[in-house]
Amino acid sequence: MPSLKELRARIGSVKSTRKITSAMKMVAAAKLRRTQLSAEAARPYAAAMRRMMSEAAAAVGDAPGLPPLLVGTGREQTHLVIVMTSDRGLAGGFNANAARAARNLVRRLQAEGKTVRILPVGRKGADMLVRDYGDLFIERLPGSSGKEVPFSAASDLGDKLVALLSANKFDVCTLVYNRFVNVMSQVPTELQLVPLTSGANDDRKAPDAPIYEFEPDEETLLARMLPRNLAIQIYAAMLESAAGEQGARMTAMDSATRNAGKAIDRLTQKYNRTRQANITNELIEIISGAEAV
Amino acid sequence: MPVKVDIISPERVLVSREVDMAVVPGMEGDIAAMPGRAPLMLLLRGGVVDLHDGGTVTDRYFVAGGFADFRGDSCTILADSATKLADLSPQDAAARLAAAEAAVDRADKDDVPAQDLLQEAVQSARAEVEAAGQ
Repeated sequence: MPSLKELRARIGSVKSTRKITSAMKMVAAAKLRRTQLSAEAARPYAAAMRRMMSEAAAAVGDAPGLPPLLVGTGREQTHLVIVMTSDRGLAGGFNANAARAARNLVRRLQAEGKTVRILPVGRKGADMLVRDYGDLFIERLPGSSGKEVPFSAASDLGDKLVALLSANKFDVCTLVYNRFVNVMSQVPTELQLVPLTSGANDDRKAPDAPIYEFEPDEETLLARMLPRNLAIQIYAAMLESAAGEQGARMTAMDSATRNAGKAIDRLTQKYNRTRQANITNELIEIISGAEAV
Repeated sequence: MPVKVDIISPERVLVSREVDMAVVPGMEGDIAAMPGRAPLMLLLRGGVVDLHDGGTVTDRYFVAGGFADFRGDSCTILADSATKLADLSPQDAAARLAAAEAAVDRADKDDVPAQDLLQEAVQSARAEVEAAGQ
Protein backbone atom coordinates (compact mmCIF):
# COMPACT_ATOMS: atom_id res chain seq x y z
CA MET A 1 0.00 0.00 0.00
CA PRO A 2 1.49 3.37 -1.01
CA SER A 3 2.14 5.91 1.71
CA LEU A 4 0.22 9.20 1.96
CA LYS A 5 3.27 11.08 0.69
CA GLU A 6 3.54 8.87 -2.39
CA LEU A 7 -0.17 9.28 -3.13
CA ARG A 8 0.07 13.05 -2.79
CA ALA A 9 2.96 13.10 -5.25
CA ARG A 10 1.04 10.94 -7.74
CA ILE A 11 -2.07 13.13 -7.54
CA GLY A 12 0.13 16.17 -8.12
CA SER A 13 1.76 14.63 -11.17
CA VAL A 14 -1.55 13.54 -12.75
CA LYS A 15 -2.91 17.04 -12.14
CA SER A 16 -0.03 18.62 -14.04
CA THR A 17 -0.47 16.09 -16.86
CA ARG A 18 -4.12 17.10 -17.04
CA LYS A 19 -3.12 20.76 -17.30
CA ILE A 20 -0.85 19.95 -20.23
CA THR A 21 -3.39 17.83 -22.10
CA SER A 22 -6.15 20.38 -21.64
CA ALA A 23 -3.85 23.17 -22.89
CA MET A 24 -2.90 21.03 -25.91
CA LYS A 25 -6.57 20.46 -26.62
CA MET A 26 -7.27 24.18 -26.65
CA VAL A 27 -4.26 24.92 -28.86
CA ALA A 28 -5.40 22.20 -31.29
CA ALA A 29 -8.92 23.68 -31.37
CA ALA A 30 -7.58 27.13 -32.26
CA LYS A 31 -5.27 25.72 -34.94
CA LEU A 32 -8.09 23.60 -36.34
CA ARG A 33 -10.27 26.67 -36.83
CA ARG A 34 -7.46 28.47 -38.64
CA THR A 35 -6.72 25.50 -40.91
CA GLN A 36 -10.39 25.08 -41.74
CA LEU A 37 -10.58 28.74 -42.73
CA SER A 38 -7.56 28.35 -45.04
CA ALA A 39 -9.10 25.22 -46.55
CA GLU A 40 -12.29 27.14 -47.27
CA ALA A 41 -10.34 30.09 -48.71
CA ALA A 42 -8.47 27.74 -51.07
CA ARG A 43 -11.63 26.23 -52.54
CA PRO A 44 -12.58 28.92 -55.12
CA TYR A 45 -9.20 28.62 -56.90
CA ALA A 46 -9.50 24.83 -57.09
CA ALA A 47 -13.07 25.05 -58.38
CA ALA A 48 -12.22 27.62 -61.08
CA MET A 49 -9.11 25.65 -62.05
CA ARG A 50 -11.15 22.46 -62.45
CA ARG A 51 -13.65 24.22 -64.70
CA MET A 52 -10.95 25.80 -66.87
CA MET A 53 -9.01 22.54 -67.12
CA SER A 54 -12.05 20.66 -68.34
CA GLU A 55 -12.64 23.36 -71.00
CA ALA A 56 -9.04 23.19 -72.18
CA ALA A 57 -8.94 19.38 -72.08
CA ALA A 58 -12.19 19.17 -74.05
CA ALA A 59 -10.75 21.54 -76.67
CA VAL A 60 -7.55 19.52 -76.97
CA GLY A 61 -9.54 16.28 -77.24
CA ASP A 62 -7.62 13.07 -77.87
CA ALA A 63 -4.79 14.63 -79.81
CA PRO A 64 -1.56 12.61 -79.74
CA GLY A 65 1.34 13.82 -77.63
CA LEU A 66 -0.72 14.91 -74.63
CA PRO A 67 1.33 15.78 -71.52
CA PRO A 68 2.17 12.76 -69.32
CA LEU A 69 0.70 14.53 -66.28
CA LEU A 70 -2.71 14.12 -67.94
CA VAL A 71 -2.47 10.76 -69.67
CA GLY A 72 0.48 9.10 -67.93
CA THR A 73 3.62 7.67 -69.45
CA GLY A 74 1.81 4.80 -71.14
CA ARG A 75 3.23 2.33 -68.60
CA GLU A 76 2.03 1.35 -65.14
CA GLN A 77 5.15 -0.33 -63.80
CA THR A 78 6.61 2.09 -61.26
CA HIS A 79 4.31 3.50 -58.62
CA LEU A 80 5.26 6.41 -56.42
CA VAL A 81 3.37 6.48 -53.11
CA ILE A 82 3.40 9.78 -51.22
CA VAL A 83 2.47 9.35 -47.55
CA MET A 84 1.34 12.52 -45.86
CA THR A 85 1.49 12.53 -42.06
CA SER A 86 2.31 14.99 -39.29
CA ASP A 87 5.66 15.81 -37.74
CA ARG A 88 4.40 15.45 -34.19
CA GLY A 89 2.65 12.68 -32.33
CA LEU A 90 0.02 12.77 -29.56
CA ALA A 91 -2.72 12.84 -32.16
CA GLY A 92 -4.43 9.50 -31.49
CA GLY A 93 -4.42 7.13 -34.43
CA PHE A 94 -3.91 9.88 -37.02
CA ASN A 95 -0.42 8.91 -38.20
CA ALA A 96 -0.81 5.18 -37.62
CA ASN A 97 -3.94 5.11 -39.80
CA ALA A 98 -2.24 6.86 -42.72
CA ALA A 99 0.82 4.60 -42.36
CA ARG A 100 -1.40 1.51 -42.31
CA ALA A 101 -3.26 2.65 -45.44
CA ALA A 102 0.09 3.26 -47.15
CA ARG A 103 1.41 -0.14 -46.09
CA ASN A 104 -1.72 -1.86 -47.47
CA LEU A 105 -1.35 0.00 -50.76
CA VAL A 106 2.33 -0.87 -51.07
CA ARG A 107 1.61 -4.52 -50.29
CA ARG A 108 -1.19 -4.62 -52.87
CA LEU A 109 0.98 -3.02 -55.56
CA GLN A 110 3.91 -5.32 -54.82
CA ALA A 111 1.59 -8.34 -55.01
CA GLU A 112 0.64 -7.16 -58.49
CA GLY A 113 4.32 -7.16 -59.38
CA LYS A 114 4.74 -3.37 -59.55
CA THR A 115 7.85 -1.49 -58.54
CA VAL A 116 7.05 0.80 -55.61
CA ARG A 117 8.83 3.95 -54.48
CA ILE A 118 7.80 5.87 -51.37
CA LEU A 119 8.05 9.58 -50.67
CA PRO A 120 7.04 10.30 -47.07
CA VAL A 121 5.97 13.85 -46.22
CA GLY A 122 5.97 14.34 -42.45
CA ARG A 123 8.32 12.78 -39.91
CA LYS A 124 5.91 10.41 -38.15
CA GLY A 125 4.85 8.49 -41.24
CA ALA A 126 8.48 8.13 -42.34
CA ASP A 127 9.43 6.78 -38.91
CA MET A 128 6.63 4.22 -39.04
CA LEU A 129 7.44 2.98 -42.54
CA VAL A 130 11.23 3.11 -42.45
CA ARG A 131 11.65 -0.30 -40.81
CA ASP A 132 9.66 -2.26 -43.43
CA TYR A 133 10.12 -0.10 -46.50
CA GLY A 134 13.13 2.11 -45.78
CA ASP A 135 14.89 0.87 -48.93
CA LEU A 136 11.98 2.12 -51.10
CA PHE A 137 12.26 5.73 -49.86
CA ILE A 138 13.43 8.18 -52.50
CA GLU A 139 13.57 11.08 -50.06
CA ARG A 140 12.14 12.17 -46.70
CA LEU A 141 10.33 15.50 -46.68
CA PRO A 142 9.28 17.40 -43.55
CA GLY A 143 5.60 18.14 -42.86
CA SER A 144 4.15 21.46 -41.79
CA SER A 145 4.96 20.75 -38.08
CA GLY A 146 1.64 22.17 -36.95
CA LYS A 147 2.24 25.59 -38.50
CA GLU A 148 0.21 27.15 -41.27
CA VAL A 149 0.58 25.38 -44.63
CA PRO A 150 2.04 27.75 -47.24
CA PHE A 151 1.09 27.19 -50.87
CA SER A 152 4.79 27.18 -51.75
CA ALA A 153 5.21 23.86 -49.88
CA ALA A 154 2.63 22.28 -52.22
CA SER A 155 4.04 23.86 -55.37
CA ASP A 156 7.58 22.76 -54.44
CA LEU A 157 6.36 19.19 -54.03
CA GLY A 158 4.45 19.51 -57.32
CA ASP A 159 7.61 20.72 -59.10
CA LYS A 160 9.52 17.79 -57.64
CA LEU A 161 6.92 15.36 -58.98
CA VAL A 162 7.02 16.96 -62.44
CA ALA A 163 10.83 16.66 -62.45
CA LEU A 164 10.68 13.01 -61.33
CA LEU A 165 8.05 12.24 -63.96
CA SER A 166 10.06 13.81 -66.78
CA ALA A 167 13.11 11.86 -65.58
CA ASN A 168 10.97 8.69 -65.91
CA LYS A 169 11.33 7.87 -62.23
CA PHE A 170 7.70 6.81 -61.91
CA ASP A 171 4.61 6.10 -64.03
CA VAL A 172 1.77 6.42 -61.54
CA CYS A 173 1.70 8.57 -58.42
CA THR A 174 -0.73 8.09 -55.53
CA LEU A 175 -1.04 10.29 -52.48
CA VAL A 176 -2.12 8.72 -49.18
CA TYR A 177 -3.43 11.26 -46.66
CA ASN A 178 -6.04 11.67 -43.95
CA ARG A 179 -9.18 13.29 -45.31
CA PHE A 180 -10.85 15.53 -42.76
CA VAL A 181 -14.48 14.48 -42.25
CA ASN A 182 -15.10 16.13 -38.89
CA VAL A 183 -13.28 16.63 -35.61
CA MET A 184 -13.93 13.04 -34.59
CA SER A 185 -13.09 11.27 -37.82
CA GLN A 186 -10.32 11.44 -40.39
CA VAL A 187 -10.43 8.91 -43.19
CA PRO A 188 -7.18 7.63 -44.75
CA THR A 189 -7.66 8.27 -48.47
CA GLU A 190 -5.77 7.33 -51.63
CA LEU A 191 -5.74 10.04 -54.28
CA GLN A 192 -4.19 9.33 -57.66
CA LEU A 193 -2.29 12.42 -58.79
CA VAL A 194 -0.57 11.16 -61.96
CA PRO A 195 -2.05 10.42 -64.42
CA LEU A 196 -4.91 12.72 -63.65
CA THR A 197 -8.11 10.83 -62.94
CA SER A 198 -10.44 13.40 -61.49
CA GLY A 199 -11.15 16.80 -62.95
CA ALA A 200 -10.18 17.23 -66.56
CA ASN A 201 -10.73 13.63 -67.63
CA ASP A 202 -14.03 13.04 -65.88
CA ASP A 203 -15.76 16.37 -66.17
CA ARG A 204 -17.92 16.22 -69.24
CA LYS A 205 -18.43 19.51 -70.95
CA ALA A 206 -21.95 20.87 -70.64
CA PRO A 207 -23.73 20.83 -74.03
CA ASP A 208 -24.62 24.54 -73.81
CA ALA A 209 -21.09 25.57 -72.82
CA PRO A 210 -19.71 28.49 -74.83
CA ILE A 211 -17.05 27.92 -77.47
CA TYR A 212 -13.79 29.28 -76.18
CA GLU A 213 -10.90 31.03 -77.82
CA PHE A 214 -7.54 30.17 -76.31
CA GLU A 215 -4.49 32.34 -76.12
CA PRO A 216 -1.72 31.36 -76.94
CA ASP A 217 -3.41 27.97 -77.76
CA GLU A 218 -5.21 25.19 -75.91
CA GLU A 219 -2.20 22.81 -75.82
CA THR A 220 0.07 25.42 -74.22
CA LEU A 221 -2.62 26.44 -71.74
CA LEU A 222 -3.30 22.85 -70.75
CA ALA A 223 0.40 22.10 -70.42
CA ARG A 224 0.75 25.09 -68.08
CA MET A 225 -2.41 24.33 -66.11
CA LEU A 226 -1.54 20.70 -65.35
CA PRO A 227 1.43 21.37 -63.00
CA ARG A 228 -0.61 24.12 -61.34
CA ASN A 229 -3.53 21.76 -60.89
CA LEU A 230 -1.20 19.16 -59.40
CA ALA A 231 0.07 21.70 -56.87
CA ILE A 232 -3.51 22.72 -56.04
CA GLN A 233 -4.53 19.11 -55.41
CA ILE A 234 -1.50 18.61 -53.16
CA TYR A 235 -2.27 21.88 -51.37
CA ALA A 236 -5.87 20.82 -50.73
CA ALA A 237 -4.66 17.47 -49.38
CA MET A 238 -2.09 19.22 -47.17
CA LEU A 239 -4.77 21.46 -45.70
CA GLU A 240 -7.12 18.51 -45.13
CA SER A 241 -4.33 16.57 -43.49
CA ALA A 242 -3.37 19.55 -41.30
CA ALA A 243 -7.00 20.02 -40.24
CA GLY A 244 -7.29 16.28 -39.59
CA GLU A 245 -4.16 16.32 -37.46
CA GLN A 246 -5.52 19.10 -35.26
CA GLY A 247 -8.92 17.40 -35.08
CA ALA A 248 -7.36 14.09 -34.08
CA ARG A 249 -5.15 15.81 -31.51
CA MET A 250 -8.13 17.65 -30.08
CA THR A 251 -10.11 14.43 -29.65
CA ALA A 252 -7.12 12.54 -28.23
CA MET A 253 -6.29 15.30 -25.75
CA ASP A 254 -9.94 15.64 -24.75
CA SER A 255 -10.13 11.99 -23.74
CA ALA A 256 -6.71 12.21 -22.09
CA THR A 257 -7.95 15.15 -19.99
CA ARG A 258 -11.05 13.21 -19.03
CA ASN A 259 -9.02 10.11 -18.13
CA ALA A 260 -6.70 12.23 -16.00
CA GLY A 261 -9.74 13.60 -14.15
CA LYS A 262 -10.92 10.04 -13.45
CA ALA A 263 -7.45 8.99 -12.28
CA ILE A 264 -7.31 12.01 -9.94
CA ASP A 265 -10.72 11.06 -8.44
CA ARG A 266 -9.56 7.49 -7.90
CA LEU A 267 -6.28 8.51 -6.33
CA THR A 268 -7.97 11.11 -4.08
CA GLN A 269 -10.38 8.48 -2.83
CA LYS A 270 -7.50 6.13 -2.11
CA TYR A 271 -5.62 8.95 -0.38
CA ASN A 272 -8.62 9.74 1.87
CA ARG A 273 -9.15 6.07 2.73
CA THR A 274 -5.48 5.66 3.63
CA ARG A 275 -5.59 8.79 5.76
CA GLN A 276 -8.70 7.54 7.53
CA ALA A 277 -7.09 4.14 8.14
CA ASN A 278 -4.00 5.84 9.55
CA ILE A 279 -6.10 7.93 11.97
CA THR A 280 -8.04 4.85 13.08
CA ASN A 281 -4.79 3.00 13.66
CA GLU A 282 -3.39 5.81 15.75
CA LEU A 283 -6.60 5.99 17.83
CA ILE A 284 -6.50 2.24 18.47
CA GLU A 285 -2.90 2.55 19.56
CA ILE A 286 -3.73 5.40 21.98
CA ILE A 287 -6.79 3.65 23.41
CA SER A 288 -5.05 0.33 23.89
CA GLY A 289 -2.08 2.18 25.47
CA ALA A 290 -4.45 3.93 27.91
CA GLU A 291 -6.19 0.65 28.74
CA ALA A 292 -2.85 -1.02 29.47
CA VAL A 293 -2.04 1.70 32.05
CA MET B 1 -23.46 46.94 -67.85
CA PRO B 2 -20.69 45.85 -65.51
CA VAL B 3 -18.38 42.83 -65.65
CA LYS B 4 -17.82 40.69 -62.55
CA VAL B 5 -14.13 40.34 -61.77
CA ASP B 6 -12.66 37.71 -59.44
CA ILE B 7 -8.94 37.78 -58.69
CA ILE B 8 -8.11 34.50 -56.94
CA SER B 9 -4.75 33.36 -55.60
CA PRO B 10 -4.27 29.74 -54.46
CA GLU B 11 -4.63 30.90 -50.86
CA ARG B 12 -7.63 33.21 -51.07
CA VAL B 13 -10.02 35.37 -53.10
CA LEU B 14 -8.53 38.87 -53.32
CA VAL B 15 -11.17 40.70 -55.31
CA SER B 16 -14.72 39.83 -56.19
CA ARG B 17 -16.68 42.80 -57.48
CA GLU B 18 -18.28 44.39 -60.51
CA VAL B 19 -16.35 46.88 -62.62
CA ASP B 20 -16.82 48.55 -66.02
CA MET B 21 -13.69 47.00 -67.51
CA ALA B 22 -10.67 44.96 -66.42
CA VAL B 23 -7.39 45.12 -68.37
CA VAL B 24 -5.44 41.90 -67.99
CA PRO B 25 -1.77 41.28 -68.91
CA GLY B 26 -1.98 38.42 -71.42
CA MET B 27 1.10 36.54 -72.58
CA GLU B 28 0.76 38.15 -76.02
CA GLY B 29 -0.39 41.59 -74.92
CA ASP B 30 -2.92 43.31 -72.67
CA ILE B 31 -6.54 42.35 -73.16
CA ALA B 32 -9.61 44.10 -71.78
CA ALA B 33 -12.49 42.15 -70.30
CA MET B 34 -15.78 43.89 -71.03
CA PRO B 35 -19.37 42.67 -70.92
CA GLY B 36 -20.39 40.54 -73.86
CA ARG B 37 -16.87 39.60 -74.86
CA ALA B 38 -16.48 36.26 -76.65
CA PRO B 39 -15.34 33.51 -74.22
CA LEU B 40 -11.55 33.49 -73.98
CA MET B 41 -9.02 31.60 -71.91
CA LEU B 42 -5.74 33.34 -71.46
CA LEU B 43 -2.25 32.62 -70.19
CA LEU B 44 -1.03 35.59 -68.14
CA ARG B 45 2.41 37.12 -67.95
CA GLY B 46 3.63 38.92 -64.83
CA GLY B 47 2.03 42.34 -64.96
CA VAL B 48 -0.63 44.68 -63.66
CA VAL B 49 -4.40 44.13 -63.74
CA ASP B 50 -6.25 47.46 -64.00
CA LEU B 51 -9.84 47.69 -62.83
CA HIS B 52 -11.69 50.55 -64.53
CA ASP B 53 -14.80 52.19 -63.14
CA GLY B 54 -16.47 55.29 -64.52
CA GLY B 55 -13.65 56.00 -66.95
CA THR B 56 -10.84 55.91 -64.37
CA VAL B 57 -8.60 53.19 -62.98
CA THR B 58 -9.92 52.47 -59.49
CA ASP B 59 -7.70 49.56 -58.47
CA ARG B 60 -4.43 48.06 -59.65
CA TYR B 61 -3.14 44.60 -58.76
CA PHE B 62 0.17 43.02 -59.67
CA VAL B 63 -0.17 39.36 -60.72
CA ALA B 64 2.88 37.13 -61.16
CA GLY B 65 1.51 35.05 -64.02
CA GLY B 66 -1.47 32.70 -64.03
CA PHE B 67 -4.61 32.19 -66.09
CA ALA B 68 -7.67 34.24 -66.92
CA ASP B 69 -11.08 33.12 -68.04
CA PHE B 70 -13.47 35.56 -69.74
CA ARG B 71 -17.00 34.32 -70.28
CA GLY B 72 -20.12 36.37 -70.72
CA ASP B 73 -20.17 38.97 -68.01
CA SER B 74 -17.54 37.48 -65.77
CA CYS B 75 -13.76 37.50 -65.69
CA THR B 76 -11.95 35.05 -63.42
CA ILE B 77 -8.23 35.62 -62.89
CA LEU B 78 -6.33 32.73 -61.33
CA ALA B 79 -3.11 34.42 -60.27
CA ASP B 80 0.03 32.58 -59.14
CA SER B 81 0.25 35.37 -56.60
CA ALA B 82 -1.48 38.73 -56.51
CA THR B 83 -0.68 41.91 -54.58
CA LYS B 84 -2.26 45.34 -54.50
CA LEU B 85 0.08 47.71 -56.31
CA ALA B 86 0.41 49.95 -53.25
CA ASP B 87 1.56 46.98 -51.14
CA LEU B 88 4.45 46.00 -53.42
CA SER B 89 7.89 46.42 -51.93
CA PRO B 90 10.64 47.58 -54.34
CA GLN B 91 13.30 45.81 -52.22
CA ASP B 92 11.47 42.44 -52.32
CA ALA B 93 10.86 42.84 -56.05
CA ALA B 94 14.55 43.60 -56.68
CA ALA B 95 15.58 40.58 -54.60
CA ARG B 96 13.20 38.37 -56.60
CA LEU B 97 14.59 39.71 -59.86
CA ALA B 98 18.17 39.01 -58.75
CA ALA B 99 17.17 35.47 -57.70
CA ALA B 100 15.38 34.86 -61.02
CA GLU B 101 18.38 36.08 -63.04
CA ALA B 102 20.72 33.93 -60.99
CA ALA B 103 18.46 30.92 -61.67
CA VAL B 104 18.69 31.56 -65.43
CA ASP B 105 22.50 31.69 -65.22
CA ARG B 106 22.62 28.46 -63.23
CA ALA B 107 20.20 26.52 -65.43
CA ASP B 108 21.12 24.17 -68.25
CA LYS B 109 21.19 26.31 -71.43
CA ASP B 110 20.13 23.38 -73.64
CA ASP B 111 16.93 22.68 -71.71
CA VAL B 112 14.68 24.95 -73.75
CA PRO B 113 11.33 24.51 -71.90
CA ALA B 114 13.02 25.11 -68.53
CA GLN B 115 14.81 28.16 -69.94
CA ASP B 116 11.47 29.51 -71.20
CA LEU B 117 9.90 29.17 -67.76
CA LEU B 118 12.87 30.84 -66.08
CA GLN B 119 12.82 33.68 -68.61
CA GLU B 120 9.15 34.17 -67.82
CA ALA B 121 10.01 34.36 -64.12
CA VAL B 122 12.63 37.03 -64.93
CA GLN B 123 10.10 38.96 -67.03
CA SER B 124 7.55 38.73 -64.19
CA ALA B 125 10.10 39.93 -61.61
CA ARG B 126 11.09 42.79 -63.92
CA ALA B 127 7.43 43.78 -64.30
CA GLU B 128 7.11 43.66 -60.49
CA VAL B 129 10.13 45.96 -60.04
CA GLU B 130 8.61 48.33 -62.58
CA ALA B 131 5.15 48.20 -60.94
CA ALA B 132 6.63 48.72 -57.47
CA GLY B 133 8.40 51.85 -58.74
CA GLN B 134 5.12 53.40 -59.97
